[in-house]
Amino acid sequence: MRSRLMLSCLILTLTLFGADTAQAFCGFYVAKADTKIFNRASQVVLVRDGKRTVLTMVNDFQGDPSDFALVVPVPTFLERGQIHVGDAAVVDHLDAYTAPRLVEYHDPDPCRPPVVMEMMRSTASPARGDSAARRKSLGVTIEASYTVGEYDILILSAEQSDGLETWLRENDYQIPEGASEILGSYLKQGMRFFVAKVNIEERERLGFTKLRPLQIAYEHGRFMLPIRLGMVNANGPQELFVYALTRKGRVETTNYRTVRLPTGMDLPGLVANKFPDFYRDMFSEQTRKENSKVVFLEYAWDMSWCDPCAADPLSPDELRQLGVFWLDGEASNSPPTQPPVRPMPRRGGAAQDVFVTRLHVRYDAAHFPDDLQFQTTGDRSNFQGRFVMRHAFKGEMQCEAGKQYRSQLPARREAEAQSLASLTGWDIDEIRKEMEISGESSTGEGEASESAQDEENGEASWWDQLWGSD
Amino acid sequence: MADPRYEQIAILSALLGYGVLSLDFGISPAQGALTLGAAIATEWLGCRIRPVGRPGRRFHVASPLITGLSLCLLLRVDDPVLAAIAATLAIASKFVLRIDGRHVVNPSALGLALVLAFSDRAWISSGQWGSVVLAAALVVCAGSHIVRRARRSDVTWTFAAATVGLVAARALWLGDPFEVAFHGLSSGALLLFTFFMISDPRTTPASRAGRVTFALTVAALAHALRFGFYEPNAPIWALVACSPLLPLLDRWLPATERGAQTDGGFHAIPTHAQLPHSHAHALRS
Repeated sequence: MRSRLMLSCLILTLTLFGADTAQAFCGFYVAKADTKIFNRASQVVLVRDGKRTVLTMVNDFQGDPSDFALVVPVPTFLERGQIHVGDAAVVDHLDAYTAPRLVEYHDPDPCRPPVVMEMMRSTASPARGDSAARRKSLGVTIEASYTVGEYDILILSAEQSDGLETWLRENDYQIPEGASEILGSYLKQGMRFFVAKVNIEERERLGFTKLRPLQIAYEHGRFMLPIRLGMVNANGPQELFVYALTRKGRVETTNYRTVRLPTGMDLPGLVANKFPDFYRDMFSEQTRKENSKVVFLEYAWDMSWCDPCAADPLSPDELRQLGVFWLDGEASNSPPTQPPVRPMPRRGGAAQDVFVTRLHVRYDAAHFPDDLQFQTTGDRSNFQGRFVMRHAFKGEMQCEAGKQYRSQLPARREAEAQSLASLTGWDIDEIRKEMEISGESSTGEGEASESAQDEENGEASWWDQLWGSD
Repeated sequence: MADPRYEQIAILSALLGYGVLSLDFGISPAQGALTLGAAIATEWLGCRIRPVGRPGRRFHVASPLITGLSLCLLLRVDDPVLAAIAATLAIASKFVLRIDGRHVVNPSALGLALVLAFSDRAWISSGQWGSVVLAAALVVCAGSHIVRRARRSDVTWTFAAATVGLVAARALWLGDPFEVAFHGLSSGALLLFTFFMISDPRTTPASRAGRVTFALTVAALAHALRFGFYEPNAPIWALVACSPLLPLLDRWLPATERGAQTDGGFHAIPTHAQLPHSHAHALRS
């Protein structure tokens, strides 16, 4: 059987999730919108400090595992210890923690001095084997071959892209037309190819039904994600989520604009029941407004806390699993992971020394000709994609302030409807109609380290300390 | 001819205004005020405090304003105080780092380099310019240079041609489409660098041969830093690193009488208060 080649970035399919409700600072956190609502989405976790990078590639491949293959250009040779198979649940947790969120607030009694409103506002800031002779004649070198977890992995280098392309085709990798030039470009830049297939026997022996994320750790000046190969045979734009974990601060693209997702808007309560739809359509509309040429910043936050929390911050153990190698020593002192059931804001929790950035990009070859290049900035200011639903006060209001408050409500509802229409491109009349039907919008209808080891001294490498030897 | 610095101030201000209002440039009013304030204050102090026996210098707001605006456009900081430090260092370098009676390091580039090197909380957001504003800025800057026929434009044009040529040659070697190669050149920082920094008459060699040599060296070093060491702010580092070449180039390739005449052209970030008069004086020295 010919393997279906997934180039560079991965495919994720769509499922909807249930909105959950939990209390948060100054209001109720009602819904989050995670990545699963997007078609054809890939998720990548990039841990970076200095020149050290740990890349986690989440793959929600749904087909026959024997059809799965992954080819990723990598800047250096990778030893066995630099490759690891991770746990998708940790990335799901990171997704939940960083997702755009909807919060709800209840207006106070206007006849009493309002003190809470200001506080509420203040929170917004979002191989198969081949004959060696044949391989040689093609100029392709298998620099290493490993079996890691359920994957068979090759590190390939080649003299010529033609040889590499021929070798890949002869070994049942479907290489799309037009990939050869890009393979050649990466080869001339001194890059190798990380090629992974599923080892069916290992997979059955290990008993995993879903393919787990592959992780690689390397040390190189290049801070980038290769997306060019993935666009060669792409059918329309692809969705990519990049979660960057650094010590210094926010991560941004240097060769494309990074734009903040709209945040802090007041929206009608009807959004509570369809927040995932809202997020998806809002993202599409914002992408369109920016001519499909930007990368969106959806979250930037110090990992020690959140407010409001869409999910608990990741534990030191989870961060370590994702490749945060500078937490040495801290993990052993920290308590074991608590189940993530208390999405409360956490201020001044255990300092994690980890800053998370969530970037979201919809890309295609026409608008993103080059790979994504990144830099870590010194920006540690917090940002989140956060939308607000305000419930009007419904009690008795006899005072003058109460009358005034009531008279302002229709204008407020209209402004919320306008915001929703502008953000999503939804029809304003439909929104108004829906708000009317639901008796909205003032009621609460929607209740809804640095590793100190010296490798040259023969001591364990930093990546060995990260994952151990498996 | 009108003082070209006013035109530069207008262009830089327009870019900054557009960037702040439409492009989410990430610069706070406090940072802007501190940068410009520190630059102007340092210039004023520098003009007041002169070594004994040397003529004083008349204070003019244009020069520090241009340096300050360039810093506002390029430098991003977590703490506005860092921006003020960058502006102070940039202007102070004009009065302190002097060889043969002239300063040798481009003030804006040096201010940026020092803050980037010694602080984790400063960075340059070169990708934050939209393609539309980049194209518009390119037309305005290039047009202005052409209209003024500024003699010092040779530095700009040589640097631009060398940079584009090197990128094109690399694309040919890699087999990359030019679209991929030139995408990397659409950077606001590179544009400002080309038209406003490297062409600073005070920190470029006096003779045309010297200027062309200087521009080619900076372009080659920037290319090596960018593609060999993956340095996103390569031109800034290259310009600072090449600054020591200035006095050497002026000695090896001295200006002819004709080349030393002032042109009153489109001077990028002139740092002397009395341009074009003092400019001519500097070139003859």
